[in-house]
Amino acid sequence: MTRRWRWKEPSVLPGFGLTFGFVVFYLSLFVLIPLAALILRPWELGLGGFWDAVTTPRALAALRLSFYAAGVAALINAVMGLVLAWALVRYEFPGKRIIDALVDLPFALPTAVAGIALTAIYAPNGPIGAWFDEIGVRIAYTPTGVLLALIFVGLPFVVRSVQPVLEDVDREIEEAAETLGASAFQRARLVILPAILPALISGVGLAFARAVGEYGSVIFIAGNMPLKSEIAPLLIVIQLEQFNYAGAAAIGLAMLGLSFMVLLALNGLQAILSRRGQA
Amino acid sequence: MSAARRSAVRGAAPFVIGVGVLWLALVVLLPLGMVFAEAFRRGLEGFLQAFDEPDAWAAVRLTLLVAAISVPLNALFGLAAAWCISRYEFRGKALLTTLIDLPFSISPVISGLVWVLLFGTAGWFAPLLDALGVRVIFTVTGLVLATILVTLPFVARELIPLMQQQGADEELAALTLGAGPWAIFSKVTLPNVRWALLYGVLLCNARAMGEFGAVSVVSGHIRGLTNTLPLHVEILYNEYDFVGAFATATVLAGLALVTLLIKSLLEWRFADELAATRRH
Repeated sequence: MTRRWRWKEPSVLPGFGLTFGFVVFYLSLFVLIPLAALILRPWELGLGGFWDAVTTPRALAALRLSFYAAGVAALINAVMGLVLAWALVRYEFPGKRIIDALVDLPFALPTAVAGIALTAIYAPNGPIGAWFDEIGVRIAYTPTGVLLALIFVGLPFVVRSVQPVLEDVDREIEEAAETLGASAFQRARLVILPAILPALISGVGLAFARAVGEYGSVIFIAGNMPLKSEIAPLLIVIQLEQFNYAGAAAIGLAMLGLSFMVLLALNGLQAILSRRGQA
Repeated sequence: MSAARRSAVRGAAPFVIGVGVLWLALVVLLPLGMVFAEAFRRGLEGFLQAFDEPDAWAAVRLTLLVAAISVPLNALFGLAAAWCISRYEFRGKALLTTLIDLPFSISPVISGLVWVLLFGTAGWFAPLLDALGVRVIFTVTGLVLATILVTLPFVARELIPLMQQQGADEELAALTLGAGPWAIFSKVTLPNVRWALLYGVLLCNARAMGEFGAVSVVSGHIRGLTNTLPLHVEILYNEYDFVGAFATATVLAGLALVTLLIKSLLEWRFADELAATRRH
């Protein structure tokens, strides 16, 4: 006998109707209706108007900077995040607990605070900015400044994604590999890397998504020169200040669509890698 | 562990630890130190001057008010979502979970923008709001809406994996023994998840009090009225009152440090009662 199609499995526990109803109501109110506005309002301009709004040289430059800097920051965080996760999982050293806690500081520190602090450090009269100024390199108020801010906000993601997986990597397999004559490099490449790669990719994806939309920590250090160091979220704010709602929504929607495509690609890569890992 | 391996690991250890710690110091510790250094640039007196201003205290009160409304609402939502998702099997559960996580992958600016699209002067609901004589954008209501959207997933994300892992056995036992719904929730479920709930509330609160992008879009930056603490920092900074901006920023940095301290204590002391990903 085939089982009857059910929307919900029966349960003796009370409260499904109440909690499910509340969750759907709350999500509709605070997520679905607002996002519907973001998805529908750009089309008030028509398809041509939408296209024009997101392909002005200024909008293109802003989107390019946001995505490019977020990508580079995510890659730098992938490398340094791996080093940090490795140090925290594999070694014991004094102050480890504090170092571990400080990894989350970019999550906890309000972005505006991070923004003004980074600007103070890398401005031409700041402690590090002054060194670079002497050799003629500017960091603050250029795309390099944007990159630094995005590295800051993305730092915890890779560490926190890789750390638990690295802890679970079976040391016996590593030791077996070693007994069979694998060098340290071979062990890292053939045993550890395949195990942590899916987590690494998901951490990179999270850092990237966060960096694309980041606003508070960037606007102080960016200088915000149109076409040069203006990020996409700032352009949305500027459009709003000019009461160009549809234009602002168009750039917002383009940003969201592009970053979902990147995340989808990373998810696909992750799926392929974990399937290969199981085989 | 073989001697060869131990020596290989020992050999790499100082290098890996050194690079990792130096990187963290450069990227994270230096900005934190800079906040305090700049705040005390003109001594204690200059520092205290920043708090000798009614606007600063209005910003503190507003930040507390917005968090006091949005955090409990999102905590309630988190409990309901975790109960619904971890205790029943139904179609569309994966979609529901994705929707709960969605606000994390949206730019804060967009989380503010959507409310303007709905309730701004040219928003979908503008005629309705006009008829009712209510305003949302540039008011505390707007700040609360934006903050709720940004911080919506925090509590749910801590509770869902934990309650899924704990399973419903204890609740079913209570039900068999004749406990009513409220007794099951308050005597069985809540005690089992209390530390994870506190953990989620802690992170939710830190973000709610520190949020900048989303509230900046809906606030209108009216001093003394719709200016939260992070927005007050921005205003002072843009007026070239750097000491004032950094002095105000120390309050927010202090909040972040206290949050991290309590978070670490919870991970250390109550690891078994937190979601598995928080145990390290």
